[in-house]
Amino acid sequence: MNTTKMATSSETTLKKTHVGNKKKPIKRYWHGTETNETGKKQTPKPTKPRGGKRGLTSLPLKRHWHGTEKNKSNGKKQRNHSERTPKQTQPSGEKRALTSLPSKRSWQGTKKNETDGEKQRNDNEQTSTQTEPSGGEKRLISSKEDPFPGTAPIPKNSLKKFKRGEKQEIPRDAWHKVKCAIADSEAVDDMAQKQNARFDLLLPEDAGFLEGDEDEDTCTISQEDIANAVDITSGAKYFNLALSQFGPYRLDYSKNGRHLLLGGRRGHVTCLEWQSKQLMCEMNVMETVNDVKWLHTEAMFAVAQKKWLYIYDNKGIELHCIRKFNDVLRMQFLPYHFLLATASATGFLQYLDVSVGKEVAATCTKAGRLDVMAQNPYNAIIHLGHSNGTVTLWSPNVKEPLVKMLCHQGGVRSVAVDKTGTYMVTSGMDKKLKVYDIRSYKPLQSYFLPAGASCLSLSQKGLLCAATGDTVQVYRDVWGTPVTKPYMAHRLKGSVWGLHFCPFEDILGVGHGEGFTSMVVPGAGEPNFDGYDANPYRSSKQMQEWEVKALLEKVQPELITLDPSMLSKVDKSTWEQRHQDRVKALGYDPLAKGKFIPRFKKKGRSSSGNVERRKRQVAHEDQRDEIRKTVEENMERAKERKQYKKEQMAAAAGQKSALDRFRK
Amino acid sequence: MKVKVISRNPDDYVRQTKLDIQRVPRNYDPSLNPFETPREYTRALNATKLERVFAKPFLASLDGHRDGVNCMAKHPKSLSTMLSGSCDGELKVWNLTKRECVRTLQAHEGFVRAMVVRFCGTSFFTIGDDKTIKQWSMETPGYGEEEEPLNTILGKSVFTGIDHHQERGVFATCGQQVDIWDEQRSSPIRSFSWGVDSFSCVRFNPVETGLLASCASDRSIVLYDMREATPLKKVIMTLRSNTLCWNPMEAYNFTCSNEDYNLYTFDMRKLDMPSVTHKDHVSAVLDVDYSPTGKEFVSASFDKTIRIFPKDSYHSREVYHTTRMQHVICVKWSSDNKYVLSGSDEMNIRLWKASAAEKLGVLTPREQAAVNYNQKLKERFQHHPEVRRIARHRHVPKSIYNQRRELHIMRTARLRKESNIRKHSTPGSVPVLSEKEKHIVAVVK
Repeated sequence: MNTTKMATSSETTLKKTHVGNKKKPIKRYWHGTETNETGKKQTPKPTKPRGGKRGLTSLPLKRHWHGTEKNKSNGKKQRNHSERTPKQTQPSGEKRALTSLPSKRSWQGTKKNETDGEKQRNDNEQTSTQTEPSGGEKRLISSKEDPFPGTAPIPKNSLKKFKRGEKQEIPRDAWHKVKCAIADSEAVDDMAQKQNARFDLLLPEDAGFLEGDEDEDTCTISQEDIANAVDITSGAKYFNLALSQFGPYRLDYSKNGRHLLLGGRRGHVTCLEWQSKQLMCEMNVMETVNDVKWLHTEAMFAVAQKKWLYIYDNKGIELHCIRKFNDVLRMQFLPYHFLLATASATGFLQYLDVSVGKEVAATCTKAGRLDVMAQNPYNAIIHLGHSNGTVTLWSPNVKEPLVKMLCHQGGVRSVAVDKTGTYMVTSGMDKKLKVYDIRSYKPLQSYFLPAGASCLSLSQKGLLCAATGDTVQVYRDVWGTPVTKPYMAHRLKGSVWGLHFCPFEDILGVGHGEGFTSMVVPGAGEPNFDGYDANPYRSSKQMQEWEVKALLEKVQPELITLDPSMLSKVDKSTWEQRHQDRVKALGYDPLAKGKFIPRFKKKGRSSSGNVERRKRQVAHEDQRDEIRKTVEENMERAKERKQYKKEQMAAAAGQKSALDRFRK
Repeated sequence: MKVKVISRNPDDYVRQTKLDIQRVPRNYDPSLNPFETPREYTRALNATKLERVFAKPFLASLDGHRDGVNCMAKHPKSLSTMLSGSCDGELKVWNLTKRECVRTLQAHEGFVRAMVVRFCGTSFFTIGDDKTIKQWSMETPGYGEEEEPLNTILGKSVFTGIDHHQERGVFATCGQQVDIWDEQRSSPIRSFSWGVDSFSCVRFNPVETGLLASCASDRSIVLYDMREATPLKKVIMTLRSNTLCWNPMEAYNFTCSNEDYNLYTFDMRKLDMPSVTHKDHVSAVLDVDYSPTGKEFVSASFDKTIRIFPKDSYHSREVYHTTRMQHVICVKWSSDNKYVLSGSDEMNIRLWKASAAEKLGVLTPREQAAVNYNQKLKERFQHHPEVRRIARHRHVPKSIYNQRRELHIMRTARLRKESNIRKHSTPGSVPVLSEKEKHIVAVVK
């Protein structure tokens, strides 16, 4: 298969590299085309993606929901094609024919593994991009036709990844200035999206993977086999620490994945640089340790002990004992807010600002003992699992849960949220493992695990690790198609107590009753880190600078909302809110138009003319009956007279005269 | 079994020698850079705060005059040279880079009313209360030589303003009437008057060089064409305009500083209404000068402040004041668009930065990038209430603060009264006049 080739090639490059030599660049499809044009093999210079100082403004930070896997597979295919193309084009006689054939495009092969609808669309797009320059008949000076005219196409998946929301519609009645501004910003966004998508191709590292032979299950492959198969440095990352005395252990990796912090239940706390196995400090706090957490750097960590929360530095010196935080069971650190969120046995969710050392918020959840906690890395919302089967979402600004979800029929045992903030995985006492979409709060998948999962953890690439008793199972893509078999499985000596994927490494750390195990899980970690955010190779100077910058742009806890991009949206409700506040302050609505009620008021009752008229009415009251009588008599008389006249006429009609013909 | 695990070679991520810069591999994946908007907002807020922290506009005070500074002139060819004339007839030439006076001469008896440097920069003209126009050489006389004017013209009356043609040896003065002079002759080649007793300022149009505008004491602004015998047209306002200045880039626009505390920007072609009314001063505005880019102008006022207005904004973006600065008589914007000079009653000339928080000197590319990035952030988040509040806040002296409030009360009271009158009179008899229309009395052609 293709993948074999890739694995071996990358391995060879790894073995070949030594100090001073730059890593051999991975072959991309355009390398093949270059050789195609020149006719001789050129090893292109390794284009090191040196991101200049680029602000976030130009970076489209937008979630991507799916498709990274697909993208990768596309990439593999592309590379294979490119490897093949030079062989085909080496005979010079064929060159012309090949270049004139647009169907030989290296990237067109990738379209085959996409769905039909997409394929059609892509083909249309590509033909349009191809035909555009060819219509103008652009010829190079050497009178050869450009075999790949126009700009290089951008993979759709990576474009989608960097998309920032929907396009804004320009209101028709907007001012000219506004229209221009909207159009300009759209153009800038579009350009940034394209540039970022193009840059994606230049990322130096590829994600790991594990594939079994035919009729071999990947979950049957043991850790020892993997450790033997990979290179020595990676193989050394599988190790066991036998610490049976003070276990079981909770653990935490620092943000860049270089440092490991272990906390044994019986008071053993140790931190080490786990790759070089260098011990930074080791101590016994002589108290129960409930949880351990690194703070923003590897210089400090927090330990939730039996009674209070303690902060130590990496030499093991106690820096603070925070007595406001008592009986803490679980902790989460929000790195961009510098907040340490703690959940206690007394049911309190508290936030500690570690940059100024102040308690930001303390919320009584009224839900009893809180020993299930997770954070959403996308919006810094804290998820708490409760014994009644609900999961609640909290922000430090609201005293009530933002969302309350009934997830399980028994109690919730563990919660994990993926890094894009799209999926939440929960496991409960009902031995079920459920996947929720936390944008719409809808269940996606539900699995039944015979033993039930006590601990859950999600990796950067979306692998789910579930611990059942003393076994650890890793699942791949639990939110997509229903999973039947685990991707990997491993049995440990003791029951699992803490789980954590190491960021930017294919490593899963497991703390258990008999110590700590570092497992190799290929494909777990993000292969390309961002040097300005979390750099595993940063120097002390770089770390100092990063710390200052990070502190300067510390996000205030008031800005924690379910939608973190809320701040950039037009606040349409402001006027209404203001009006409501005004109504509240005034006690009435000053702008309310009352319902029109016609006034039944006798107008002008007191004017002298009316008074006179009224008096006159009364003055003639006694004569009225008499007048009415005479009027009636007169009318009677007139009626009689009419009757009499009619009769007279009828009598006259009996005698005919000559003049009768003029009558009507 | 096929397996691949992430295995990085540290040499690809660490610099090779200490002389290299650090490697920073980037990955722009949105999920690796979360909280884009809140973080950018925080950066914008920080940038706005830092802008206010670094807003230190005052650079230097040039002292040496023995009476109030009445007029100033820029050198058209040299950025560092500046001339100033005081109320005791003394004239000083300054070197701005050294911040020192390089030459002093007694130009007139009484005030030096106005002065202008010839477009070539070799000589300058001054007018004074002694009814003379004097032309001086820009070069300092040699040791032992007397300061002598190149040329002296004795006029019939006191001159109050002078301006030189952009490219010819012609200049214009104003006093009882507006005179056009040829440099070679001792009598004006043309005189304009339109039934007015005196003028306070005359300015040549920088682009349409034959055009002139002047401020008259009968509250009017008169436009002339130098080639015609009679003035073109005039607009009469409710109060007198002190000075005016043409926009150097859009030269059909000019701004005049008025006695009614406002500045008005007119389009020369449509004098019946000012295109913008600039309000913020709390006393008569005495002088105005445009930036060479034509996007902003600076105004000097009797209320002891100078203010910088964007050309199409109703309110100032900046106000400069010090406790020692008294009534500001004259103001100039330097030709490199970086500095503002103000001459005031208490005998000092002050040098200010045009943008208060700007860092002077050469910026490294990284600094420049940071400045640009912060500028963009401030622009993007300018309407957020917290950012806007910080960006708008200016400290002004208590007297000005109180006076502004008082003026506001007066204005609202006037509006209220007007609307009450309108309510109680026949519809249409009291027309609704916009704020712009109110200050125009008539346009005469």
